[in-house]
Amino acid sequence: MALYSEKVMDHFRNPRNVGIIEDADGVGEVGNAVCGDIMKIYLKINDDIITDVKFETFGCGSAIASSSMATELIKGKPLSEALKLTNKAVTEALDGLPGHKIHCSVLAEEAIKAAVKDYYEKKGIAYDKSIFPDCESCGHCCHEGE
Amino acid sequence: MIYADNAATTKMSKAVIAEMLPYMEEVYGNPSSLYAFGQEAKEALEEARADIAACIGAEPKEIIFTSGGSEADNQAIFSAAHLGAKKGKKHIISTAFEHHAVLHTLEKLKKEGFEIELLDVHKNGIVTAEEVKEAIREDTCLVTIMYANNEIGTIEPIKEIGAVCREKGVLFHTDAVQAAGHLKINVKEQNIDMLSLSAHKFHGPKGIGVLYAKKGIILENLINGGGQERGKRAGTENLPAIKGMAKALKDACSNIDQYSARLTPLRDRLIEGLNKIPYSELNGDREKRLPGNVNFCFEGIEGESLLLLLDDKGICASSGSACTSGSLDPSHVLLAIGRPHEVAHGSLRLSIGEDITEKEIDYIITAVSEVIAYLRSISPFWRDLENGKRPHVFAE
Repeated sequence: MALYSEKVMDHFRNPRNVGIIEDADGVGEVGNAVCGDIMKIYLKINDDIITDVKFETFGCGSAIASSSMATELIKGKPLSEALKLTNKAVTEALDGLPGHKIHCSVLAEEAIKAAVKDYYEKKGIAYDKSIFPDCESCGHCCHEGE
Repeated sequence: MIYADNAATTKMSKAVIAEMLPYMEEVYGNPSSLYAFGQEAKEALEEARADIAACIGAEPKEIIFTSGGSEADNQAIFSAAHLGAKKGKKHIISTAFEHHAVLHTLEKLKKEGFEIELLDVHKNGIVTAEEVKEAIREDTCLVTIMYANNEIGTIEPIKEIGAVCREKGVLFHTDAVQAAGHLKINVKEQNIDMLSLSAHKFHGPKGIGVLYAKKGIILENLINGGGQERGKRAGTENLPAIKGMAKALKDACSNIDQYSARLTPLRDRLIEGLNKIPYSELNGDREKRLPGNVNFCFEGIEGESLLLLLDDKGICASSGSACTSGSLDPSHVLLAIGRPHEVAHGSLRLSIGEDITEKEIDYIITAVSEVIAYLRSISPFWRDLENGKRPHVFAE
């Protein structure tokens, strides 16, 4: 049996929405080089709709595939829907991830939330802080000893 | 497919398979059986023992067959430690970058009250005999230092370390799993008291290995039962595998100079080619390394994605990244030679075998260069390095 599903390998080999948006409305970066994975999401937002999304990822195959899938799932969607994207939804859309790789999908969820939060802060839009996860939601801690 | 993961395991040679078959189909008797059919197997077993002993400069009765390198390491270390403890000696010296078969055994002994001292292997991945000498105390019962490292291929000064141990009257064990069949071994000349090796690293079968223990060292059983292996390792001998191992080691040892002469320039060509990738660095000493080992760190990329894309290009290799080790930390070997975590995640080990061609070496160089360039192009970490937001670790 292969390590990853065909979906994961497809998104890893042919990542969707890879790149940057120079004049992004919101940018979110999560992860840590020490830990071995960093995800960065760029959003273009118009009337609360995500009109464009790009990502850059430093990490393993499932980290790249998770970012790719997550961007596909939120492209063209209203912000309210993007904020509801869970790591579980990303994992399911990829036809599953190995147990020790679930944190990659968590990073994808958090990267999107971080980008939306950045957008709200840049625009001075009031938002419900409770919907944004803190560090503890992550499966493992990359920030020890920082 | 280009198989460049010979440090993980090797392809069995046809000659080895041919050597093994009669011991499955014809001479399948139990060497412990009294009748002639069993004794025929016993003779074959002892012949293999003598062959292996001859390859490493040992006496046949100093050879114990085990299930592989890990079992041999475990048995050697537990035996020496517990012999020492009887004399009140509970200090063991090793290095920080040993194989886990050694390090985890030492961890266990630590829980039993032993004091474990792991010597620094420096940036070049080599410990010196002087450092071992300085570390030896009155209560040191064992020095266990690998012959060659499994990840970065660096070769330790075994003979000199052995001499220091002899001088101080301390037992010296070496994990020679990566060295056997690739580097010359003579336990007498190299002052080795105990040595572990594993057949599948030199084109022999998997699941079989050797523990050499110098005459007079009383081994402790890990496996209890029948009286096989002079009562030190119970269980009916795996004769086909033992015969295969003996054949593989004989072939490797008789060919060792040609092997090294052929492989070293190819290894160097690979190192030179990969060195041209910006912000990359070879891990471990440039010269004192196994003839087939190349290990690099590349900034800004992660090893698992590198391996997957190389696999797509038909290249089998390995990495010391956390994602490939199945833990949160990258390889302890790379950390031991001082690589920062973020760089250790971007490591690549290519361990080439004697069948590789110059054309294949050049293909690997091109493939790795392309994959690194691509992964960097989608890496926010690399972007930060390029923008000066984070400092580079390596020179361009």
